[in-house]
Amino acid sequence: MDESQNTLSTGRSPAMTYGRYLLVWIGLVALTSLTVALAGIHLGRWVILTALTIASIKSTMVLFTFMHLRSEDRTFRVFVLVAVVTLGIFIVLTFFDYAFY
Amino acid sequence: MAETNPAVENTSPGFYTEPGRHRGVAGWILSTDHKRIGLLYFGAILIFFLTAVSLGFLMRLELLTHGKTIVEPQTYNVMFTLHGIIMVFLFIIPGMPAVFGNFMLPLLIGAKDVFFPRLNLLSWWFFIIGGLLALISVFLPGGAADTGWTFYVPYSVRTSTNVIPALMAALILGFSSILTGLNFITTIHRMRAPGMDWFKMPLFVWSLYATAWIQVLATPIIGITLLLVAIERWFGVGIFDPARGGDPVLYQHLFWIYSHPAVYIMILPGMGIVSEILPVFARRTIFGYKYIAYSSLAIAGVGSLVWAHHMFTVGMSNTGMFIFSLLTFLVAIPSAIKIFNWIATLYKGSIVMDPALLFVLSFIVQFSIGGFTGLMLGALAVNIHVQDTYFVVGHFHYVMFGGAGFAMFGAMHYWFPKMFGRMYARKPAYLSWFLTTIGFNTLYFPFLVLGYMGMPRRYYDSLPEFQPLHTISTIGSWILVLGIIVMVVNLLVSIRRGARAPANPWGGKTLEWQVSSPPPAENFHTIPVVTHGPYDYGSHEPSVAEAR
Amino acid sequence: MNLQPLVVPGDSHAHRDDIGSRMGMWLFLFTELILFGGMFILYAVYRFSHFQEFQLAAKQLDTTVGTVNTLILLTSSLTVALSIVALREGRKGFSKALVAMTLVLALAFLMNKYFEWNHKFDAGIYPGSPDLLSQPDGVILYFGLYFVMTGLHALHVIIGAGVLGYMYWAIGQGIVRPDATVRLEAGGLYWHLVDIIWIFLFPLFYLLQ
Repeated sequence: MDESQNTLSTGRSPAMTYGRYLLVWIGLVALTSLTVALAGIHLGRWVILTALTIASIKSTMVLFTFMHLRSEDRTFRVFVLVAVVTLGIFIVLTFFDYAFY
Repeated sequence: MAETNPAVENTSPGFYTEPGRHRGVAGWILSTDHKRIGLLYFGAILIFFLTAVSLGFLMRLELLTHGKTIVEPQTYNVMFTLHGIIMVFLFIIPGMPAVFGNFMLPLLIGAKDVFFPRLNLLSWWFFIIGGLLALISVFLPGGAADTGWTFYVPYSVRTSTNVIPALMAALILGFSSILTGLNFITTIHRMRAPGMDWFKMPLFVWSLYATAWIQVLATPIIGITLLLVAIERWFGVGIFDPARGGDPVLYQHLFWIYSHPAVYIMILPGMGIVSEILPVFARRTIFGYKYIAYSSLAIAGVGSLVWAHHMFTVGMSNTGMFIFSLLTFLVAIPSAIKIFNWIATLYKGSIVMDPALLFVLSFIVQFSIGGFTGLMLGALAVNIHVQDTYFVVGHFHYVMFGGAGFAMFGAMHYWFPKMFGRMYARKPAYLSWFLTTIGFNTLYFPFLVLGYMGMPRRYYDSLPEFQPLHTISTIGSWILVLGIIVMVVNLLVSIRRGARAPANPWGGKTLEWQVSSPPPAENFHTIPVVTHGPYDYGSHEPSVAEAR
Repeated sequence: MNLQPLVVPGDSHAHRDDIGSRMGMWLFLFTELILFGGMFILYAVYRFSHFQEFQLAAKQLDTTVGTVNTLILLTSSLTVALSIVALREGRKGFSKALVAMTLVLALAFLMNKYFEWNHKFDAGIYPGSPDLLSQPDGVILYFGLYFVMTGLHALHVIIGAGVLGYMYWAIGQGIVRPDATVRLEAGGLYWHLVDIIWIFLFPLFYLLQ
């Protein structure tokens, strides 16, 4: 099977190397340390927002690099957006019952 | 629309004689051919449907007279629970996607099968296991669940009946539904014939696509919710039970986050079927193809935002209630768009009053009544009075049965020649349409009146002033059941004795009519190249069917 | 632009569509996301309505164990991602070793979880325990969610490990090959999702104080 057919059937040009993955891992470890450190500070109401923000950044890194979302068809990124937005809507709409009178 | 295969055989037995790796019974229950799997679903679903119809028949019989007629109250509670579980999870949700989606989708897009044929077979096996588990739960000690198909807590956590088998059955059935949705999305994205871009797809395919997304994204919520109830029963974890700090209203939120979109799983394929049948029997291109396609996506999307309209009387916040009421009104708009486009398709068409079309016409009227009553229920002030009454029961039977159910009847007649290679007998078909339509409306219209008068739902008995309407309704159920019997017997007999069907008995323009009836095992000997849209009636070039 | 699969006319078994295969796995991952998402909805509502009690209950969890487990899973995501690169390069032995490392890390995670839960059980904190039920509502709910969410997550770690175990074997058998890596990729995708779920579970349960 020649290279072009290989690209066609796998849908991806090889761009990730050992080094790139390692860099991402270091970033993830760093963010983990950050989120643990921040937990020690009294942020009160901001605790949940900072924790979720950092978790979202870490997840996005995993999604785009380890899970190859960056190099896949645009369709896949749209799919992920739809799924995440759907979950978000479920949470937000439920809160309309609990956060108000 | 496509290059016709000139070697179409009108009398070939097609895929029935090409079983694949296995022979005999194994050649069916271990087959990965989407057509065989579709028929396997058809057989199983028919059995479940008739079981649930019988339960409904008995329920109506109990309500024929004041006081006990045939059963005790506890039995009645079990009957409506089982009737609901079977109809919802074993008939309407799987019904059209699993039977007609499986059989027709690859044909409609010019493919040889779905993307994951083995996963497709697994879906069917999960369906059977889940169904058997639900039925077995009736006979286990403790008796069948009596919670209603909605399993509301805290009763579902406290009752000593067999709730857990019912929950597990629903879980397994949900998984079956998820796998089907996953399969269809991938199939539609990756396996369309060359030349078939998104806006040349038949509308049934659009409806299956929208439905599949709901199956994938909404079903897991019911999975986790029912699992949590089971865990709460098993381990005494505090999750929903107020005695352990839980919030039973939160259970209802999670339950309906799936179960409302589920009703769109039920209706969207039915609407897609209506869009298929109408152009053929009005001999006209469907009016507003793009709007119908988009409206399917809109219904799936907006329909996922309205769930709490099932909960207006439980004590939600006012803000929550206003927002959900508003969203409920919005979701009616894409449905209305479809109705307008369908009627516009009929207008000035050359209408052929075929049984399939008649079922579609019943659908349009009955679904409209169901839709209107849904809007009424969406209005907060009205809802306070009619929630948990027969009005709600009337509403959802009008949309789910008068709508989705009748669409399924229409599909059964429309695609009968393609699936079985035979024509059904026409006179019994007309009779069955007449009886089911008359029977259905006689049975369910009184529900709307009864509910408005205050008759509560799921009640074993009623006040004397409600009795006359109950009696009329029960007589309607007899007419309806007679119509169903005529239909089923007619179709079953016609499978054996009907006249051999040609490839395209109705003059359809979509790809399934370009292959033999029934199709060969691989559907298409060569994958067609698509050059026209799917409903090219009255276009400048003569259609292939007309040129013949 | 959607890349079309290789289609060989007339032979339905000849064409292979890796994009489609991955699409199917992604759709399955969405179902897992929403499955856990339902419990995140529960967590969000209960935390909102029992804020103080959640803070109180969270003090009983060990942040160090949680952090170590997070690092274990992040590293296991790295190893499984690297195993695909290795296999593509034709280094089957190295690829298998990386998959094996992922499995070892998974095992370490599970052992940590086991000790953690055991510790709680010894302290009288388990679903339905009299000690727990005598606590304020928010505390009962917190631990209910803790056991169910981390329990279900651990179940998915076990399933993922099973899948990767199969991949280890399949590489050896040549079923998964340098020019046919999509199964390993699919297994990797599943594993990464298990990691992502933990990325969210960790701060929500262990970093409240």
